[in-house]
Amino acid sequence: MDDLGEIVDEFLVESHENLDQLDGDLVALEREPSRDLLSSIFRTIHTIKGTSGFLAFGRLEALTHAGESLLSRLRDGVQPVTPETITALLAMVDGVRALLASIEEGRVEGDIPIDGLVAQVNAQIADAAAPPADAPPADAAAGTGEATVSVDAPAGAPDEEARRPLGELLVESGAAVDTDVNWALEKQTGGDERRLGAILLDEGKTNPAAVNDALAAQGRRSVADATIRVDVDLLDSLMNLVGELVLVRNQLVRAATDAADPVIVRTTQRLNLITSELQEGIMKTRMQPIEQLWLKLPRVVRDLSTTFGKQVRVAMVGAETELDRSLLEAVKDPLTHLVRNAVDHGIESPEQRVAAGKSAEGTLTLKAYHESGHVTVEVIDDGAGIDVEKVRAKAVERGILAAAEAARMEPREVMMQVFAPGFSTAEKVTNVSGRGVGMDVVKTNIERIGGAVDVDSTLGEGTVWRLTIPLTLAIIQALTIDSGDDRYVIPQVAVHELVYVDGENTRIEYVSGAPVYRLRGKLLPLVRLDAALGRPAGTDDRGVYIVVLQADGRRFGVVVDRVLNTEEVVVKALTSRFKEIGIYAGATILGDGKVALILDVPALARRSQLSADLSEEDDAAAESADDSSRLLVTAVGARRIAVPLDTVTRLEQFAAEAIEWVGNREVVQYRGRILPLVRLSSLLGVEAAPPGDTVSAVVYTERGRSIALVVDGIDDIVESTTTDHEEVDDHGILGSTVIAQRVTELLDVRRAILAADPQFYATTGESVLTGAWGAGPGAA
Amino acid sequence: MATRQYATFEVDGTLFGVDVAHVQEVLAFSEYTAVPLAPAAIGGLFNLRGQVIAAVDMRVQLGLPRHTMDGAVMNVILHAEDEAVSLLVDKIGEVVALDEGSFEPPPDTLTGPARALVLGTFKIEDRLMLALDVDAAADTR
Repeated sequence: MDDLGEIVDEFLVESHENLDQLDGDLVALEREPSRDLLSSIFRTIHTIKGTSGFLAFGRLEALTHAGESLLSRLRDGVQPVTPETITALLAMVDGVRALLASIEEGRVEGDIPIDGLVAQVNAQIADAAAPPADAPPADAAAGTGEATVSVDAPAGAPDEEARRPLGELLVESGAAVDTDVNWALEKQTGGDERRLGAILLDEGKTNPAAVNDALAAQGRRSVADATIRVDVDLLDSLMNLVGELVLVRNQLVRAATDAADPVIVRTTQRLNLITSELQEGIMKTRMQPIEQLWLKLPRVVRDLSTTFGKQVRVAMVGAETELDRSLLEAVKDPLTHLVRNAVDHGIESPEQRVAAGKSAEGTLTLKAYHESGHVTVEVIDDGAGIDVEKVRAKAVERGILAAAEAARMEPREVMMQVFAPGFSTAEKVTNVSGRGVGMDVVKTNIERIGGAVDVDSTLGEGTVWRLTIPLTLAIIQALTIDSGDDRYVIPQVAVHELVYVDGENTRIEYVSGAPVYRLRGKLLPLVRLDAALGRPAGTDDRGVYIVVLQADGRRFGVVVDRVLNTEEVVVKALTSRFKEIGIYAGATILGDGKVALILDVPALARRSQLSADLSEEDDAAAESADDSSRLLVTAVGARRIAVPLDTVTRLEQFAAEAIEWVGNREVVQYRGRILPLVRLSSLLGVEAAPPGDTVSAVVYTERGRSIALVVDGIDDIVESTTTDHEEVDDHGILGSTVIAQRVTELLDVRRAILAADPQFYATTGESVLTGAWGAGPGAA
Repeated sequence: MATRQYATFEVDGTLFGVDVAHVQEVLAFSEYTAVPLAPAAIGGLFNLRGQVIAAVDMRVQLGLPRHTMDGAVMNVILHAEDEAVSLLVDKIGEVVALDEGSFEPPPDTLTGPARALVLGTFKIEDRLMLALDVDAAADTR
């Protein structure tokens, strides 16, 4: 069988590709019977049957023969397409796949049982009394020919012009004589249905090796005009070479900017252009449409929905979107998991759907599109959606989040907890989604390739799982930054924005010693890169930059000294001796030829988490020591009212017209919920500033309940000790202190909140906020 | 008697040698990228014709103060445990062919960090050469 090796390899590759197509086609067929689809499926099976007969794979031939018989009846309309026939055909495809796998492994069919499958298929043939039992003659020539072309050209439409007759090839190679070929051709004309090669072989007029060679030559010839197969290793090495070239180009471009010689400048520009085009071209050779992955999914969905008694329709948008093949491979398992999860947990049973006023059939949409240098792949279901409060509770129950932390989190952040290890919202563990391959694995796998995961869900309406994937692994868009004397690289995919800190209008603040930045009212935890790298931390907070990053569902800022530019860099793997440090994702060579380390954004995110945790511990310590806390100083009329900063989750501006009334209380709609407002001016009996278009509010959240304290303005964040405040006998005020030479009153947050929402503490217990300062959610 | 070739270099006045079979090349290099939080023996990373190479400071491996890295430092680039790694040394010596017969185990007087990195000694003219265990010398864990 060795001399057949090459043909067998080719047969395997093509058959695998065709089978993937087949799964999708069969599921589509069930939905909408179409003669074209049936013909295409028939041809695929026919091709495999023909080639397997020629290559003497008897079991494969018998199985595909049974399938072919059923398919021809379906195609000719002798019997209708039913779910049972589809099931039998899918089972047959699985059997074919198993046989091919065995052939791939050991060059033999092995002892994979096919009798049951053949019986199952034959049972579907309505006129089961006389299933065509004996295998037809080997259909080699047509078989291989079609299989070869069908990869790239539509099956059954081989480019006949490009194919030279088999006889001609055999004669040319001296393996057969003219007269024999003519004699065989005459036999064919006379009604012999065997292929030319088969006739010659059967009659002993030529040898098998020669026929194989001729068939191979024929196959190659017919495809050669359109496509060729290229070894992936070769593509990989070309990719590496182009990577090197990009690097040299960068170095040259940098050097040439200083060059006075116009020839050098011009030549460099030209080189620059050509390199870019070459890089793009090479990258394209490795690109494959995501359809390659998606083709398998309708089958997965069909099997699952049958198991669970659900009705699910699969829709695809952007199947032609291309991804680097190595990425495609890396995305396969996460994507399959998301799809399984959506069918298992996302889409409801038909009864539930109808009860909820939806159509009985759920829709699972696979969507892919290019966006700013990345590919976004979405798995969208119109199912029950995810209850963010359940997630919040579960995250606490599973010990993933501290209760206080969970209470303070925004719904979006809470939702990201489904990707935390050890989290599973499934009420019961099914054998589909609850098998340890959890969402955390999805996240890890996607982040490993420099991508990101995200989830968006509306309760009752459905869920969107979003994978953001780089176009390629080898070359990334990167932001170069300086920290101290060293230069680092941050993958651009994680970078959301850059903030320049001038120390005047924009400045870094400290909550219990942890640096934060107020980004559009929200407190952004910061990581000082120098400190994260174990270097002495810079002391000057002015003239630095904050790189706002997102990873692990967490937005945070990294403080760096200088931001240089963005450039394409070639990712070099880092030696294993640096793996344990965990803060570098790789290394690269910059335009000046120096090595720069690529920072691992998720690792930095964990550090920001760490600093957030530390600041919480500090809060607790501060409370027990009763020494100091940070105060948010607000203006209410002519008075200055301070609120402990750590009880504040957000600073918001609401449009005055957004304020509505519920009974005698003011509320606004906020992030899909109703947020009660309490005007500190009326609570404290102060004359409020004249109403403007917007109101400033300090949002306080505890255990999922939020409230907004309306103030006239935010003045400052200050450090204050609790020892020097004077008792003041006033409703809603705990005392007063002098901050920045001005008397500032300390708000009794508890009273203020109860004024707005008397039920606020009903479920959270009385012990919260009994002390005044520093007793925020962090201490609860 | 079989002979073996050793590439020699000096660190703090001591002559070391590594089997030339392990040596890829020897070169002076001056631009290193620091790796914060890396093991102390890592002198830095550098770009060797597009390849990122980690340099292990032999002085640190031998319990000496690190190279200052403010000028060119000599690198002996080796293949150790399937990856290229560089040893930062003070001075490059000659390649010498040595009789395996003149190989001796490390002397008892050899103590300290060097002891773990040395396979044995050879006598060359008027001095001793310490034959380095490449994997141990490159090990920064």
